[in-house]
Amino acid sequence: MDWMKILAAAGVVMMLFFMWPAYKHWSQNGPKAEKGDWQAVVLPLAAIVGFVVLLIMMVR
Amino acid sequence: MNQFDLSTARSQESVLATNKVLKNTYMLLSATLVFSAIMAAVSMAMTMPPMAYMISVIGAMVLGIFVLPRTANSSKGIGVIFLITGLMGFGLGSILSIYLALPKGPEIIGTAFGGTGIIFLGLSGYALTSKRDFSFMGGFLFAGMMVVLLAVLANLFMDLPALSLAISAGIILLMSGFILFDTSRIISGGETNYIMATYGLYLAIFNIFISLLHLLGALSGDD
Repeated sequence: MDWMKILAAAGVVMMLFFMWPAYKHWSQNGPKAEKGDWQAVVLPLAAIVGFVVLLIMMVR
Repeated sequence: MNQFDLSTARSQESVLATNKVLKNTYMLLSATLVFSAIMAAVSMAMTMPPMAYMISVIGAMVLGIFVLPRTANSSKGIGVIFLITGLMGFGLGSILSIYLALPKGPEIIGTAFGGTGIIFLGLSGYALTSKRDFSFMGGFLFAGMMVVLLAVLANLFMDLPALSLAISAGIILLMSGFILFDTSRIISGGETNYIMATYGLYLAIFNIFISLLHLLGALSGDD
C-alpha cells in the first residue's frame, strides 16, 4: 500500500530530523577514544556476529 | 571530617546513586518487557493486521520524542513508558502472527527471543564487569543510526531484499553498541534518569529482536 510507504517514510524522516541534534552533540562534545577503547568494542561485537551466524545455522 | 573522609563519603554517595539508577532501570525494564509481551499476546489474540505494527511504532515514536522527555522527571513518566512499550508490544504481536504462520515460525520466534536475551545479558554483563567508559562511541553510533535510517528510507521505495538483510544486520550491531553505550552511561553517572535509561535499553532490545526475527526468517528458507 502506497500510503503505508509514505507514512513509514514520514516516520523515518522524523527520526532523522530528531536524531540530528544528538549526533551533532556527541560528535562535537563526546569524549574521544583512547588507546585500546575500540578494541574493547570490536571484540564483543565480533562475538555477536559469530553468535548471530550460529543462530542462523540453527534454524536452517 | 578531614578532606579524605569528605571525598570518600562523596564517592560512596555517588556509587550508591549509580547503583540505585541501575537497579531501578533493570526493574523498570523487566516490567516493561513483561507488559510488552502481554500486549503482544493481546494483539495476537485479536489477529491485528500488519499495518498495526507501523501505526503502533509511529505512535510510540511520537510519544518517545515529544512526551517522554517532558515527563521523565515526574511519576507521569512511568505511565508514559508503559504506554510506549505497550504500544510497541501491541504492534509486535501482528508481526509475530505472520511468523507463527510459517512452517518453522515457532522455532524462529523462540530462537530470536533467546538470542536477544543472550545478546542483552552478555553485553550488559560485559559493560558492567569491564567498567569501561563506552561514551566515546556516541558520535559513531548516532552517525551509524543516521546511515541506517537513510538506507531504510531508500529501501522503502527500492524494495531490495539484500539491502533489507544488510539493514537488519547493521541494526543488530548498532543496537549492541547502544547497549554498551547506555549501560556505561548509567555506570559512569552520565544518565541519572532511570526512565530514560529504560527507554534506551528497551529500544535496543526491541530492535535487536525484530532484526534477528527478520534475519532468521529470511535465511531459514521460509520467508
